Amino acid sequence: METLSIDTLLEMQRRMLRIRAFDERASKMVKRGHIPGTVHTSIGQEAQVVGATMALSPGDYTTGNHRSHGHPIGMGSPLGPLMAELVGKATGVCKGKGGSLHLADFAVGSLGESGIVGSSIPIAMGAALSASVRGTEQVALAFFGDGAANQGVLYESMNLSGVWNLPVIFLCENNQYALSTPAHTVTSGVIADRAAGFGMPGIRVEDGQDVLAVHDAVSTAVARARAGEGPSLIEVVTYRYNEHSEGLRLGTDYRPADEREAWLKKDPIQLFREHLRSQGVSADELDAMEAEVLAEVDEAVAFTDASPYPDPSVAFDDLYTDTEYAA
Amino acid sequence: MTVMSFLGAIGAAQREAMDADERVIIFGEDVEANVYGTTGAGKTRSDKGDFLQMYGRNRIRNTPISEESMVGAAAGAAMTGLRPIVDLSYSSFLYMAMDQFVNQVAKNRYMFGGQASMPVVFRSAMFYGLNTGAHHSDRPYPMFMNVPGLKIIAPATPTDAKGLLRSAIDSDDPVLTFEACLLWGSKEDVPEEEFWIPLGEARTAREGTDVTVVAISSSVPEAVAAAEALAASEGVSVEVIDPRTLVPLDRDAILRSVHKTGRLVVAEPAHRTCGAAAEISAHVVEEAFGVLKAPIVRVTAPDMQIPFSTALEKQMYPTRHTIEAAIRRVLDLPASAEATELASASAQ
Ligand SMILES: Cc1ncc(C[n+]2csc(CCOP(=O)(O)OP(=O)(O)O)c2C)c(N)n1
Ligand SMILES: [Mg+2]
Repeated sequence: METLSIDTLLEMQRRMLRIRAFDERASKMVKRGHIPGTVHTSIGQEAQVVGATMALSPGDYTTGNHRSHGHPIGMGSPLGPLMAELVGKATGVCKGKGGSLHLADFAVGSLGESGIVGSSIPIAMGAALSASVRGTEQVALAFFGDGAANQGVLYESMNLSGVWNLPVIFLCENNQYALSTPAHTVTSGVIADRAAGFGMPGIRVEDGQDVLAVHDAVSTAVARARAGEGPSLIEVVTYRYNEHSEGLRLGTDYRPADEREAWLKKDPIQLFREHLRSQGVSADELDAMEAEVLAEVDEAVAFTDASPYPDPSVAFDDLYTDTEYAA
Repeated sequence: MTVMSFLGAIGAAQREAMDADERVIIFGEDVEANVYGTTGAGKTRSDKGDFLQMYGRNRIRNTPISEESMVGAAAGAAMTGLRPIVDLSYSSFLYMAMDQFVNQVAKNRYMFGGQASMPVVFRSAMFYGLNTGAHHSDRPYPMFMNVPGLKIIAPATPTDAKGLLRSAIDSDDPVLTFEACLLWGSKEDVPEEEFWIPLGEARTAREGTDVTVVAISSSVPEAVAAAEALAASEGVSVEVIDPRTLVPLDRDAILRSVHKTGRLVVAEPAHRTCGAAAEISAHVVEEAFGVLKAPIVRVTAPDMQIPFSTALEKQMYPTRHTIEAAIRRVLDLPASAEATELASASAQ
């Protein structure tokens, strides 16, 4: 495992805190009706998101899914336009046209989140094709869930990227459930093992609550991709702490209470805080960081509140680059 | 000028675009061996001028039979600096990639507030009328006209095939091109140099004053033939408008012609319900009801699957005879005995 500077470690914690604080606030805003529709939070999965995004470099690309706020935040996207997007304000990162399911911030390489399970996987592969044809060192990473791991397009994409030796990482966020469905009841074999069929490395990160373990596995895959050695599949085992989406109350108790209790004890942010403490970082410094992040989220909400809603006419822009909407 | 076939014109546009811009790449099934005849410079598949030799494997790529990931990969590549042309061979195979077309290619620019541009072309051939049966005879362009965010072209002449495809490749938006195989062999003089026909501009294939026929794809030469026949037999003056681009549709050109003639026939090889002809007819009724001297008549494929046998298939698409019969109807001319016989003969 490469030794990371203390600054990098602190930045990991900061980004995990940002995702947690952003999603906790978004959850409240959904429940109070400040955010229309719903959101899917990454609370509990922050190590898996940040371990992956911080293994990437500026210029690299990501695509994601419906559980989608963490990916751009992990890539360094500022919180204000993301929060404004969730509320549907004109200053939203997608001008209010995407919402929670379709965040994208091309400035940080976030090529967009997809509401269709599995659908953005080949988009990441295409970005890797672009990098490969243009001869750059960029890599692309596709985030998707254990549910998406049973979509055929994943296997088409793994095959094609293997054949073309593309710099792409397929990252399965295995939080062990697709909505109410336990992964093991719909998944034959082990997801990571499927890589072998395509002649690429398949790595299973058993402790996806350990940001360093995730970072290590993804860094290895990124180095391979940059060196022209092709794609990898990484499966990270993790757990979502909240309901599938905010406000959802599933009638059935599909997740055993003791299972959730056990995973709550493996809170990635708490675990990493302890690690940082053992590295000599003071509790005061970490407390100050938490306060800063909470202030950032407050600012993002203030920015959102102060922003106007888009003019209705804006709904008819951005379909094409050069063609006006004709009624 | 040089004589080019429809297929040769497509190859020429692709070659010019590959030469002009190194961001243009071509991938698809069997493109390396130039199986479909548009990725080679020469007349035979093994000629040295094939694109693979000219541009190399980085820019000419065979794919596995994986339409969904091909279309998605093209979208991702287009969003990040390339200008891919995807050869999907038969348009029936587009359905394999429906999610990518509808949810990614068409929506990404809009959903992401204009951050993405999607300069990508999806080429496919409509193999109808060639005894390929129900799985290979589709004319699915109206389905895609129903998806905002896509642009759609359906050229009917070699000149349009070359000029429109070049504009499609140079467009920053996704363009689907539907190429009728029945037109592949048609030939005419085409400029050898580069030229661009703007998307969204109809072509007047034949000028006339008594009735407008809007015809699409391989219905265009049939409509022109019907017009010539009626000029000779009845002294009728038929205007034939070929929209060429279906999205964006040149609605003004159609309305201008209908204002001149007061009568409209729309002919296309797609199914009847919610087809391009239905959209064009509805638009003309909404915008030019007052100038219409007769009800609009559509000549389309029926809402029926395409059968294999020639005896069954040939009645399925507009012909010069069925178009002539429709023109006679809107002009209140007696059905010609000859045309009726030929129309029913083509239906047997
Ligand atoms: C193609 C498709 N099918 C079904 C859905 C409905 N749906 C949304 S999220 C979800 C579960 C996805 O599970 P997973 O991929 O494991 O992601 P997670 O929510 O666990 O992060 C389902 C079934 C969808 N959005 N798209
Ligand atoms: Mg899941």
